[in-house]
Amino acid sequence: MSAQPAAAPDLVTPDPAGPLLDARDLSVSFSLGSAIAARLRHEQRVLRAVDGVDLRIERGEALALVGESGSGKSTLARALAGLLPPDRGEIRLDGRVLPTRRSRSDQRKIQMVFQDPYSSLNPRMTVGSMLHELLRVHHVVRRDEVAAYTRELLGMVGLSEEAVHAYPRQFSGGQRQRVAIARALALRPELLIADEPVSALDVSVQATILNLLQDLRAELGLTLLLISHNLAVVRHLCDRVAVMYLGRIIEVAPTETLFAAPRHPYTAGLLAAIPRMTFTGEEGAPAVQGDPPSPLRIPAGCRFRTRCPIAQPICEQEDPALLAADGDPAHSAACHFAHAAVPQPRSGATS
Amino acid sequence: MGERSVSQSLLQVTDLRVEIASRRGIVRAVDGVSLEIPAGEAVGLVGESGSGKSMTLRAMLGVLPSEARITGGQVMLDGVDLVQLGHAELNKIRGTKIAMIFQEPMSALNPVMRVGHQIAEGPQVHLGMNRAQSAERALELMRRVGIPDPERRFRSFPHEFSGGMRQRVMIAIALSCEPSVILCDEPTTALDVTIQDQILRLLARLCGESGTSLVFVTHDLPVVAQLCHQLAVMYAGQIVERGNVQDVLTQPWHPYTLGLVRSAPDVDHPRSSLVAIPGSPPSLINPPAGCRFNPRCKFAEQDCLVTDPPLRLVAAGRATACLHHDRCLEALRTEGADL
Repeated sequence: MSAQPAAAPDLVTPDPAGPLLDARDLSVSFSLGSAIAARLRHEQRVLRAVDGVDLRIERGEALALVGESGSGKSTLARALAGLLPPDRGEIRLDGRVLPTRRSRSDQRKIQMVFQDPYSSLNPRMTVGSMLHELLRVHHVVRRDEVAAYTRELLGMVGLSEEAVHAYPRQFSGGQRQRVAIARALALRPELLIADEPVSALDVSVQATILNLLQDLRAELGLTLLLISHNLAVVRHLCDRVAVMYLGRIIEVAPTETLFAAPRHPYTAGLLAAIPRMTFTGEEGAPAVQGDPPSPLRIPAGCRFRTRCPIAQPICEQEDPALLAADGDPAHSAACHFAHAAVPQPRSGATS
Repeated sequence: MGERSVSQSLLQVTDLRVEIASRRGIVRAVDGVSLEIPAGEAVGLVGESGSGKSMTLRAMLGVLPSEARITGGQVMLDGVDLVQLGHAELNKIRGTKIAMIFQEPMSALNPVMRVGHQIAEGPQVHLGMNRAQSAERALELMRRVGIPDPERRFRSFPHEFSGGMRQRVMIAIALSCEPSVILCDEPTTALDVTIQDQILRLLARLCGESGTSLVFVTHDLPVVAQLCHQLAVMYAGQIVERGNVQDVLTQPWHPYTLGLVRSAPDVDHPRSSLVAIPGSPPSLINPPAGCRFNPRCKFAEQDCLVTDPPLRLVAAGRATACLHHDRCLEALRTEGADL
């Protein structure tokens, strides 16, 4: 693949320019329902979808954010893109703190591609008018260059020039996702956030979009934040992976390190739970037992302890911090026993 | 695999056809599907959206949407053709001989009925149990499918359950009258990967214990690899390849299957780039002449444009509808390392 700076060795690269994006202690919550009902149920009325997240995205890297539904990965992405106001913490872009109400030029720098290309495009606008409006509002190119730039964008995502006059309904799912990518790229963003960009597509079409994202990264030197629950897609596309569980990032590592030697028991379980192409099925216990707790009832201490195969008394009392491992500053995990070897659940959980 | 003889197949689908009336014309959603489900085996039915896999499954149980109808073929179970049966007779067979598990349990379960009663309903109606007996049976089933604290959960409503737990309830309902075959329509697609792992293991264990056959519809090849013995691949309303799961996935004999295997990233074997299948599936109102895959096939030759290839046996238990399946073998030999 292309030699991106972040693919480089285990040390955090002392990039003179610093990370492209640096989120510190970011929290996003939603308040729900009536206060009385919440008190009766002994639940907090506030759902903390993202609960104190630190995240750095280096220039030019592809970072994956993985986790199960309800882990807060999409909420985190929306907060980074400025679509949701965080209630705590700060987001720095190029070292500058972004205000809650972002200016147009700040909005331009972070763009998003959504999961469902059927609902994220305006059905009553042609692709051309959609892009023209965007370019006019944001003054990306001079007025007389708009048409040429539109053609260039469509070419970049592999659509023909006739697409300018077409409505979204005239495209297949894969082509719609190309339109959505063209729309995001039109503003020449520094960071592209793709939230499950291929989950709604058929397998044979997924490949074309994944290849497109890979090509665009190589051509444009794009920084990519990919949100996905599909770990095969993540391994294929990303340099680094952050694993989320109940609103926290519980492990961050370079992709190959994470897949080879996960340090958090949840990550290990998640990896073991992926169905493989070759039959692995000795009849054993599932990789991770039980359901994730409701984000309204986050367990005290370590939030994974209720499902953890190696939980100890300390896990109930102390919330483990996300700490770098000895000798590998690029690999952090939030587990009291991250430094001990994590038992591989497939063999370990049967005991 | 000696159990290929016809006498041992439990459920036999022959030349099944389903048509859907639409404004633009008649969609031949299922176009001559033949499938054998051996007793005690799990058969995966794989295809992309619109390939007709769900329609095939629904036609087998007679639960098609109102605009679709079966226009031909047989579904033989214990010497009875289900296609010919009336509503009342089908109702007796549903649950007792064939059960179904759907993708979205929330819409398949009754939202205003306690979960325990929903599980107990089948045994009451079909097995003639009284209230106490059926409640006892429901509790036992809830224990078997791994619902914690069944005595308390018996009186819960579906909305109080998580997605994984609802799917466990569906499995308990499906098993409640000990059917000989369970039809599954993407039962784990809406679930998270750790929950999917739990449900797949549960299904495999329960069906292994009771000798229940499974027909498992999905678009997810690795899921089939973990759960099923046999695999049938559908494209544009037809089965294009069939055989033992590992054989088909490691040595596809149809270019479409080869395309599917190569287009999905494999978590254990990262590849530099994925090979997408060009084009998109054809319209089923006016499918292309000859082989339906020919417009997207890189091996297509002159005869593929003319002959509609039937599914034919090419080795023991292996069938393909490709006229040039040797080209797949060749491709595997020459480019094989990347598969």
